[in-house]
Amino acid sequence: MPISLVVEGLSAKRGEDLIFKDISFILAAGDALVVTGANGSGKSTLLRVLAGLLAAESGSMRMEGMSADIGHPRELCHYLGHRNAMKRELTVEENLSFWKSFMGDSPGGAGIGIEDAAEALGLGGISHLPFGYLSAGQQRRMAMAKLLVAYRPVWLLDEPTAALDASADRLFATLVTRHLGAGGIVVAATHQPLGVEAGELRMTGFAGVAGELV
Amino acid sequence: MSENSLTIRKFSDLANPTRFLGLAARVLPWLIGLTAVLFAIGLYLSFTTEGDYQQGETVRIMYVHVPAAWLSMMCYTVMAVSALGTLVWRHPLADVSARAAAPIGACFTFLALVTGSLWGKPMWGTWWVWDARLTSVFVLFLMYLGLIALNRAMDDPGKAAKVSAILILVGFVNIPIIKFSVEWWNTLHQPASVLRLGGSAIDPEFLRPLLVMAVAFTLLFFTLHIAAMRNEIWRRRVTAMRRQAARAAGREV
Amino acid sequence: MTSLFLRDLKLAMRAGGGALIGVLFFMTVVAVVPFAVGPDLNLLSRIGPAILWIGALLASLLGLDRLFQAEREDGSLDLMLMQETPLVLTVLMKCLAHWTATGLPLVIAAPLLGLFMNMNEVAIGATMLTLLAGTPAITLIGAAGAAVAVTLPRGGLLVSILVLPLTIPVLIFGVSAAYAAVEDPAPFLPPFLILIAITLFFAVIGPLSAALALRAASD
Repeated sequence: MPISLVVEGLSAKRGEDLIFKDISFILAAGDALVVTGANGSGKSTLLRVLAGLLAAESGSMRMEGMSADIGHPRELCHYLGHRNAMKRELTVEENLSFWKSFMGDSPGGAGIGIEDAAEALGLGGISHLPFGYLSAGQQRRMAMAKLLVAYRPVWLLDEPTAALDASADRLFATLVTRHLGAGGIVVAATHQPLGVEAGELRMTGFAGVAGELV
Repeated sequence: MSENSLTIRKFSDLANPTRFLGLAARVLPWLIGLTAVLFAIGLYLSFTTEGDYQQGETVRIMYVHVPAAWLSMMCYTVMAVSALGTLVWRHPLADVSARAAAPIGACFTFLALVTGSLWGKPMWGTWWVWDARLTSVFVLFLMYLGLIALNRAMDDPGKAAKVSAILILVGFVNIPIIKFSVEWWNTLHQPASVLRLGGSAIDPEFLRPLLVMAVAFTLLFFTLHIAAMRNEIWRRRVTAMRRQAARAAGREV
Repeated sequence: MTSLFLRDLKLAMRAGGGALIGVLFFMTVVAVVPFAVGPDLNLLSRIGPAILWIGALLASLLGLDRLFQAEREDGSLDLMLMQETPLVLTVLMKCLAHWTATGLPLVIAAPLLGLFMNMNEVAIGATMLTLLAGTPAITLIGAAGAAVAVTLPRGGLLVSILVLPLTIPVLIFGVSAAYAAVEDPAPFLPPFLILIAITLFFAVIGPLSAALALRAASD
């Protein structure tokens, strides 16, 4: 049975301010959702709520169709935030192999090897270098390699392509397409078009969400 | 090696790290050989001379202890000169020299401390007394370790060089003050009660091995220092090449 | 889990890591004490175990503030919070790695400093043993303080202030066990066993409260 991500009536607060309320959508396997909106409209907050890093004020989120028992939907998610979650002092290989073994694979898939993942992002052959030696764009791409080394059905991406040039952008779009094709789910907050077919959720901020899901 | 064709005409030519590498490659084997020969002679003399009538066999520890203690101070002086070289003349090899000298200095200081307390146990009945001279050497050891930690903490060698050069010079200016205050502190609390080797009359019987060992240790220091500088230059080149490799990767995508 | 342990150890050993700094701080703190109390060897050997304990206590607090803050700054903490692995276990593993990198060197350096303090063999052995049993407690309870202060921009000093009062029992039983080994009438085992009990107790409440604090601090 293919999985689906069900979100019902989600609202979140930051401090005392209500950032958004009553967001509902259902994403089936192979669906992508692009969250757009101005700065401060709550895109990042929505993603962090979905990743289980922020408590929702109300509403719920669940995964349906999983055969195995899971504690919390966040365990099935990759979260690619603004920060890369990689250590400058360690080599790329050490970083990625740590995350690969620390995260493990979700049921239903397997991560690929570290060198293969670097290759998939166009950075093969430099994984023996310390992460700190890489340029900002290269660091971002290596952070994306995390998505590949450990399998998660759901990718939550916060401004994934901000530091990337056009060619790396296209490379990433093919990765997302491949993930969707394999029955994955992607939720991405972005200003730039992601380059894949996706529904759009437009956040307007201050407790109003204009666009409903396509 | 191709660098062999490069001849060194002026002192400033040494500033070129490649020239330095060429020079080091030629000088090092001789230095190593000379050091080994001197150590052989020195150690032979150290073990064949008579023991002291008062201290017995333990006097032989002095043949290692005194040169090590002397080098612990000389090494800091070398570092201070290198620090001046970094800050004043901006000599490109000066920070390499200072950085390479710190661990060597720490080792010699440690050796001096260890041999000192090995000697102190039978002589004084305890491994350590807070005698002014011992304490000063211990403070010097801590300063070496602090400098090594500082060098390790910064990954940009250029920036680390300037900061540690400043620290070395501050330490150098402070050494007389530390020495003076430690002596003041010690005499206030405890009148000098330790017996010391030497004084005015050292028997030539002891002086000969001591001098040979001192020269051998000094040569050992220079051998290690040049080798460490060479390694440091190579390490920096490797780092530079790795950064270059990182920049070059993924261009073709 | 071992991968987390190994990663944290590697980070501590690499350039800029805190492994060396802690020992250096320990040595320096212990070395300046005689300048304050005087070079009287009898006095030093009497106060030696206490000085070593205070030095070790301060040195183990030194790198604690970075325990979670470094992870938070580069976003690794977010990913750790999301995993199936219980957060308590992750925290415990990080504590173990932190102790191995900063606490264990203190235990190993203690005999050397014991010689400087003119302590005899029994006192040195006892102090080393109590440090081995007691310093993990400092790291474990310190993790709770580090987790509470993780969001603060300048949490470093605050962590020390928060954690120091909590470590008083460790200090009391550590030092009294070390003294009991040297001074005849007092028995060594009771305070030492209490010290071990405190370490085990902190091994439970430290990671547990740290995990709670990390969840609460996440934003």
